[in-house]
Amino acid sequence: MAVTSAPRVEVAHAPPRSRGVGDRGFRYAMIAPAVVVILLIGLFPLVYTLIVSAQNITMMEEDTSFHGLMHYRALLADTRFWQAVLHTLLFLVIALPAQLVLGLLLALLFLERMPGKQVFVALLVLPVVTSPIIAGALWRLLFDNRFGPINQILSWLVGGEVTILWTVNPGFVYPAILIAEIWQWTPFMFLLLLAALASVDQSLTEAAKLDGAGFWTTFFRVTLPIIKPVVWIALLIRGLDLFRLFDVVWGLTQGGPGTMTETVSIYAYVLAFKQFETSYAAALAVVIIVLLSAAVMWALRRVEIAR
Amino acid sequence: MMRADRGLGLALRYLAAVLVTAFFLFPIYWLLAISFKTPDEIFAYPPVWVPGSLQLSNYQVLFKDGDYVTVVNSLVVAGISTVLAMTLGTMCAYSIARFRTGGDDFALWIISNRMIPPIVIVFPVFLLYVRLGWVDTYVGLIVLYTAFSLPYVIWMMRGYIQDVPLELEESALVDGCSRWQVFTRIVLPVARGGLFATAVFTFVFAWNDFVFALVLTRNAVTTFPVQVTHYFGGQSNFWAKIAAMSALGTVPIFIVVATLQRFIVRGISLGAVKG
Repeated sequence: MAVTSAPRVEVAHAPPRSRGVGDRGFRYAMIAPAVVVILLIGLFPLVYTLIVSAQNITMMEEDTSFHGLMHYRALLADTRFWQAVLHTLLFLVIALPAQLVLGLLLALLFLERMPGKQVFVALLVLPVVTSPIIAGALWRLLFDNRFGPINQILSWLVGGEVTILWTVNPGFVYPAILIAEIWQWTPFMFLLLLAALASVDQSLTEAAKLDGAGFWTTFFRVTLPIIKPVVWIALLIRGLDLFRLFDVVWGLTQGGPGTMTETVSIYAYVLAFKQFETSYAAALAVVIIVLLSAAVMWALRRVEIAR
Repeated sequence: MMRADRGLGLALRYLAAVLVTAFFLFPIYWLLAISFKTPDEIFAYPPVWVPGSLQLSNYQVLFKDGDYVTVVNSLVVAGISTVLAMTLGTMCAYSIARFRTGGDDFALWIISNRMIPPIVIVFPVFLLYVRLGWVDTYVGLIVLYTAFSLPYVIWMMRGYIQDVPLELEESALVDGCSRWQVFTRIVLPVARGGLFATAVFTFVFAWNDFVFALVLTRNAVTTFPVQVTHYFGGQSNFWAKIAAMSALGTVPIFIVVATLQRFIVRGISLGAVKG
């Protein structure tokens, strides 16, 4: 209480901003340190990557003269890049709807009163807070062809020995990664949707039921429109995460066999840190930033996230 | 009749709930089980479903070989970066929440930084760190994690500070408190629940990160997720270490998050769902 001598004045209902110049300095002093640090990831990478992408730096030579759009042209003709885009989209279009639908079904299951519900919900949180790379490692152990439990369970079901090489066999790597991904993030959808469903006014759904609407009719006509904003936000967050998918794939297959499960993020990593194609990787990074920034700004305005 | 139906319905839902929860917990159970198994049990065919005893030699090996240091590294890096990000971020959030500093576009710009793929950020940062000599140092990792955590902290704390009743602040101002005193003596104590929850999630995100640490560490400040991937190789006899190290890095997070039930939905949905 160093400064208590200021006179008491009746300004209780005046908005805080009316305090004038002193506040003006204060509000910018408060944001300045954070903004400076954020620029390290928000501005510096874009500018620096743009510059490097126009040069020709590799492990062998440090050629800093400018070559214009050379690397961007090469990227457009790079089939491995387009395949990485395709793989990423494939993960996205399968995992995202699967997580949404499964999460929704789970939320409906746990919506009504049930003894011990809190315990179930608390346990279902755990996959979400597990490190994604650990989740990948975990499923690698589970999918092991010989010492893992999954082939064991399958062999009980089919009544004969099952020895699927989940992380190597081209026919099974996608299901393996998708199962791990869906395992980890379905509870995320579940938690968000459960919170949204619980906040829906019961009298609305009761009214629909009195009018003779069945469970699913009520759900699609009454409940879903109400929780739609939350559905969009959940899809946005998960969609962006899936677009940069790296950890789970790295833990299970490292993009293999060959480059079969290589995502855009993994290809960027390989280019930059395994093949040391610095400038070429920079061009790829710029393309990702531009595409994503456009998508993010569009989506953020659309979903009105937490205004 | 009605009552019997209802009882049956509840029983079925209960059964479904148990099965679903078992499915989602089984992988975690399997991890813990392996971490307690002897080598013979780990490499038994068909697999052993329950370890014979809770023997701790897999964990002891981590300490004997010095691998546990990577968990300490994670603790240092995630801990310090969380404190820094919370300090700078909460100040910034207060300014945005109370004065609408920068307007909506500024707030959107801040959260959009959170959505850039880590690999795209870390690549130029790596080139910069090579020049600065910051690769494989605490400073390098802490600075990057602080920067990457800030948008999340600002966004979340903005929401929690908006929940603080304006009247409290105004009466404090009338009583002669400075803006800074209002911030530290009124706003922070009232928003302490959100402050704590945001700090925990910020810590968890940094703790769980893999891509930044993979690129920016060699061996001096390797974090535990990177260490786990080092065990994968042609030889599979590191299974015990994979499991024990993963458990060591994961179970504490489970315990901390369990104390936060009320804040979880808001924390993982970027504040969009109040839960």
